[in-house]
Amino acid sequence: MVTKLMNWFDDRLPLTATIERHLTKYPAPINMNIWYLAGVLLVVVLVIQLASGIWLLMNYEPTAEGAFASIQYIMRDVKYGYIIRYMHTTGASAFFALIFLHMFRGMMYGSYQKPRELLWVLGWITYFLLCALGFTGYVLPWGQMSFWAAQVIMSLFGSIPYIGEDLLTWIRGDYLISGITLNRLFAFHVVLLPLALIAVVFVHILALHEVGSNNPDGVDVKKFKDADGVPLDTKPFFPYDVMHDLYAIGVFLIFFVAIMFFYPDGGGYVIEYVNYEAADNLKTPEHIVPSWYYTPYYAMLRAVTFPLFGLTAKFLGFVVMAAGIAIFVALPWLDRSPVKSIRYKGIYSKFFLALFVISFLALGYLGAVPSTPARTIAAQIFTVCYFAYFLLMPIYSKYETCKPVPDRVQLG
Amino acid sequence: MKKKGQILIFVVIIAASMGSLKVLAAAGAACGSFLSEDGLTKGECKEAYVNAKDKASLQRGAQVYMNYCLGCHSLKYARYKKVSEDLEIPLSMFQENLMFGDQKMGDLIQIGMDPKESKEWFGNAPPDLTLEAGLRGPDWIYTYLTSFYIDESRPLGVNNKVYENVGMPHVLIDMQGTPRSVCKQIPAFADNGGIKQDPLTGEQLTEEKCGFLQVDNGTGEMSPQQFDQTMLDLTNFLAYMTDPLKVERETIGTYVLLYLFIFTMLSYLLYREFKKDLH
Repeated sequence: MVTKLMNWFDDRLPLTATIERHLTKYPAPINMNIWYLAGVLLVVVLVIQLASGIWLLMNYEPTAEGAFASIQYIMRDVKYGYIIRYMHTTGASAFFALIFLHMFRGMMYGSYQKPRELLWVLGWITYFLLCALGFTGYVLPWGQMSFWAAQVIMSLFGSIPYIGEDLLTWIRGDYLISGITLNRLFAFHVVLLPLALIAVVFVHILALHEVGSNNPDGVDVKKFKDADGVPLDTKPFFPYDVMHDLYAIGVFLIFFVAIMFFYPDGGGYVIEYVNYEAADNLKTPEHIVPSWYYTPYYAMLRAVTFPLFGLTAKFLGFVVMAAGIAIFVALPWLDRSPVKSIRYKGIYSKFFLALFVISFLALGYLGAVPSTPARTIAAQIFTVCYFAYFLLMPIYSKYETCKPVPDRVQLG
Repeated sequence: MKKKGQILIFVVIIAASMGSLKVLAAAGAACGSFLSEDGLTKGECKEAYVNAKDKASLQRGAQVYMNYCLGCHSLKYARYKKVSEDLEIPLSMFQENLMFGDQKMGDLIQIGMDPKESKEWFGNAPPDLTLEAGLRGPDWIYTYLTSFYIDESRPLGVNNKVYENVGMPHVLIDMQGTPRSVCKQIPAFADNGGIKQDPLTGEQLTEEKCGFLQVDNGTGEMSPQQFDQTMLDLTNFLAYMTDPLKVERETIGTYVLLYLFIFTMLSYLLYREFKKDLH
């Protein structure tokens, strides 16, 4: 009966072939480690965000007058509304935590190198979309931090020479941040950006299954195949990876649920305390801090304190900040190393990658605390280190001595 | 060996990120010029022991709030009915003692005061307090409530250690008595942390420090301990207001976690069985 049904479908749609190609028989390298979990967990979080988002939408009111109160309506009067909302807020932070780990994995094992350049670029687009989703979503509760964070971020467009002011008015749809701005950010957050995100993630996974997963040794597993043409150093996705991922999802959800139910504010990082007050355009909060996942870039923005070539410091800071996010996309063409994985790369690559991680974390810290002259200097130094990892890569990756790469993956 | 190295890097990076967040969270939380009772710390809030399960305390807090605070401070995101249910106050008793005017049980807890007029009277419209405990934290609220003192230079004759030059009158002055900012002799501390002593007589040295709060004896309806407890109840009530479903949330959370532990354990056992094929 089932076979008959499947045959009926297979005659009209490549159903079995698709399932086998993308799920059951997808060959995954046998030496994948803990870093490879971030990808599947990102898909889990994407589903959590979509589901909780739809339910939030059922009771949210996208107007300047009603937005803040409608969030409280969800939190208090909607049955289990608080679970839905905390799921969404915790999910937002989890999304970024996981994508940072996912990107770092790629940088560590050279997952962006040929033939995975496009895969990396698609992943970078999802990161960019996620940043946009995080920003637009953060404005929707229309609390004090929502309003003033929007004010700060949007004003960056105003710093563009010549067209800035007009562009800013056009983007806001008003002469100041208002209900009109809220409406358009709302439209982006619930329709355009998630739609684009789903599409790009879909293509990202398609591309992954075309070129195959990289692995911690960065060796090409497709070199050695068995009689059926299946690479020797791989295992079928089902059941081995599915069982493994199921276990990993369980562990992840334990942490997720612990935050969601017991520390939903996350110490002021998942939901900022200042956002417990409704937006008030006459009252500026003492410290305007972006969400924790933007703080490295916020630190870069503030690090540029001097005008240059007739351009304002603010505009230059904006450019540096945007470049900090954009530069990831160039990685496949900056790396001239003959080997992929950090395991076989030379000492300079290891040094610069470590420097990058330290700079990123330090900038993250500096972006979250009020700035002082000493902290500004520190932020400037770390910004230079951050970019040094990328911009010096063509040199240090080319002229360092690498270790010989084995033919097959190494276990143990 | 290599696998262990990777896991180590993973753990170190996660721990470093969590660590920096922890450092950040510890900073802040300022209580103005509030001086602790021993005179050693300034600007740190007193710790408020809030307990969402202490229904008696919440009921007392609600009573004080509805009688003394609701005149000016609305709770406009909360409903009467929910409060009476959560605090287990019988409907008729709630309506008789805690509701004034012709509101219905399903109404939001609003006030009749016009914000424009109150801005003229106090300099600022009294804020809604539904989410105040989330915004400032219970410790701040408790310290603020117990930090009013007489200051004739202010229009309303009172000032506050936590919120300098606040526009709010000391509504609970009859209850507390007359609080004053006074100077006291306190033991002087040496740089090494020990109490300074006179080198000849061995007597402990003291120094004068100002800014302590003291209530004039016998002026209040309540003893200092009673007043303190009442303010804790009020703080507890406001903490409940911000997070009314805390108890329910944590109960559900416990069950969800329990389920996930079992799920994860079973999925681990299953994974272990399949893993045997691979090596």
